[in-house]
Amino acid sequence: MDVILNQMDEFAPVAGPVAGLVMKNEPVVIKRRVVRQLGHLEALESEAIHIMREVAAECANPALLFSGGKDSIVLLRLAEKAFRPGRFPFPLMHVDTGHNFPEVIEFRDRRVKQLGERLIVASMEDSIKQGRVVLRSENQSRNPFQSVTLLDAIAEHGFDACIGGARRDEEKARAKERIFSFRDEFGQWDPKNQRPELWDLYNARVHPGENIRVFPISNWTELDVWEYISREGLEVPHIYFAHRRDVIRRGSGLLPISHLVQPKEGEKVENLMVRFRTVGDMSCTCPVESAAVGIGEIIAETAITRITERGATRMDDQTSEASMELRKREGYF
Amino acid sequence: MSVIENISFDHSELLRFITAGSVDDGKSTLIGRLLHDSKSIFEDQLSAIAHTSRKRGMEAVDLSLLTDGLQAEREQGITIDVAYRYFATPKRKFIIADTPGHEQYTRNMVTGASTANLAIILIDARKGVLTQSRRHAYLASLVGIPHLVVAVNKMDLVGYSQDVFERICQEFHRFVAGLNLKNIAYIPMSALNGDMVVERGSNLGWYKGMTLMDLLEKVPVDHDINLEDFRFPVQLVCRPQTEEWHDFRGYMGRIESGSISVGDEVQVLPSGLTSRIREIVTYEGNVEDAVAPQSVTLTIEDHLDISRGDMLVKTSQLPQVTKEFDAMLCWLSEQSLDSRRKYLIKHTTRVVKAVISRIDYRLDINTLNHDAADTLKMNDIARVSLKVHQPLVWDAYPRNHATGSFIVIDEVTNNTVAAGMICPSKGQG
Repeated sequence: MDVILNQMDEFAPVAGPVAGLVMKNEPVVIKRRVVRQLGHLEALESEAIHIMREVAAECANPALLFSGGKDSIVLLRLAEKAFRPGRFPFPLMHVDTGHNFPEVIEFRDRRVKQLGERLIVASMEDSIKQGRVVLRSENQSRNPFQSVTLLDAIAEHGFDACIGGARRDEEKARAKERIFSFRDEFGQWDPKNQRPELWDLYNARVHPGENIRVFPISNWTELDVWEYISREGLEVPHIYFAHRRDVIRRGSGLLPISHLVQPKEGEKVENLMVRFRTVGDMSCTCPVESAAVGIGEIIAETAITRITERGATRMDDQTSEASMELRKREGYF
Repeated sequence: MSVIENISFDHSELLRFITAGSVDDGKSTLIGRLLHDSKSIFEDQLSAIAHTSRKRGMEAVDLSLLTDGLQAEREQGITIDVAYRYFATPKRKFIIADTPGHEQYTRNMVTGASTANLAIILIDARKGVLTQSRRHAYLASLVGIPHLVVAVNKMDLVGYSQDVFERICQEFHRFVAGLNLKNIAYIPMSALNGDMVVERGSNLGWYKGMTLMDLLEKVPVDHDINLEDFRFPVQLVCRPQTEEWHDFRGYMGRIESGSISVGDEVQVLPSGLTSRIREIVTYEGNVEDAVAPQSVTLTIEDHLDISRGDMLVKTSQLPQVTKEFDAMLCWLSEQSLDSRRKYLIKHTTRVVKAVISRIDYRLDINTLNHDAADTLKMNDIARVSLKVHQPLVWDAYPRNHATGSFIVIDEVTNNTVAAGMICPSKGQG
């Protein structure tokens, strides 16, 4: 199992127990008994598996939030790696805004069936019927109200932890959020009052009524997610790949035409090659122009892209500089 | 798409580093420079901070806005806590733990440092080594960050003088002589002009060492993990009890240090029972051997009573198993230590009740003097003796970070109130 590192260790010569293995006449070759160095995806993967297992061990009644989007698709593969050959120690839960892309819902149900795990659908339609969510208009974005349905579902099922696919590179409020993020009994996040998080020693303890949001892929970037999807050969909904779609230009982005979005006066419907970088509420999730019809091409585009994922694709995140922070404070993912 | 032809993503490693210093030292400019020159700033981020800069009446884009975020912070003009930034070059992926320099520096720096492979300590070339630089160096040594970079910044303001640089290096070197810092690199730079950050620039021709980016890409990252001692804290026991996996009993966890192969003899601690590794199970199938920090599932030859909190080790490399030990404690909570109370300790995957039986001394972080103390306040660092209800399986922190670190939890509030690093027991060196 000895390997030869063919690169001189300029910064810090190896000392101690392995020093004896250095061959005298070849100072640039260091021989040591190291199996191998994990690549960055393997390191991130192992970290995420460790986090998921900590949730399973320390929380009494966790759930995993699965939307059918690429980040939660990665979460499901990580859960398989963490818990197989056993079953997942938690149900999956989707907060269904009723504004989802039909392709994504179809994919969600198929994936859940493949896994043989349990899915809970928390429906915003129900929250609306119960009068818990009041909308100004039928077609407005439902993203901000997901928190109500999510918090209701957490209360109804008594979840003490929800595993989500948020990443720190998405947004600056996320950049400051812990991997184990404490929420009070109102589901609120208080950025000034977060638990210190050191090493990989996570504190998942809560009082009844409080909960923890856990983000195992906090340290992944959009590019990491795509590379992982490629490496693992994971299926994703087709709308992530370039396809022809009727869109209009509104604000700084493109909006897909659907029963929720119709051209206003003066807006021209165009048929463009587009793909989605995120899959959310149809009324505010913008596709980007793209010719990437395969994962390799998406990775190539992501590697050189110049706009953040949310900046390009979520109109609701552009309304104010603090919109994500405000929503998180109210209980958002 | 021809731009990316030369980029290879295979086998790139992950380096986590921390930046210590205040805005005055040009820390935000340095981070901005690293992100900018490695093409990691996105257009919408840049336009957002340009917008904010204009709104605040500034003439130029304030790059430091990239690294402060929350509304609460903007209102108060302060930086809360640790923020994480990500960037990548074709060689490596980087995670920056960006911690504010002044407020609650100890708590924040210890938190950010706990997962770092490297620390960059910023020094303003005009001011030289300050109390703050010493504090940062001490904390880096306390938390055992393997690599230190002393970034002597603002060289443009001292005429790029080699003498100034060398004087600062010598002064810093004298100061850290007593500390446990092995790998220190000194780099003169101007983050503002970009000299020696990513590009070499044309102003520091006398400096023949690596640029900061060069160093970040080349510094070895595998030294941090102890590769000698196999340590496997059990997270979960997997018993599917399905038809297919009827008798399967797997121990799930992450190899915190060392490596393991099928057939190796292992001891279960604290019980002391021994067995041999039968299988190393992964989602991709069984493997012959595995290495830290892989997450795996192990099965053993014998039927032993093993549960979460137990640790598998190799019989040839035994850790300590005791109910009493000494530790360096960094107090993180606004609520001071009450030595009459019991606290919870989370160490590896084990949670136990503990009392802090004695405060040996509290450290004055500016002078490194030892003071007597009967309580600890937020940001205090002290050497303490602890007694725990159930034995812990540990190594001294300098030998093994994963099995030498713990957090202290207040059972009433559930808050994490302190971070601990176990000291070598007396006579152990």
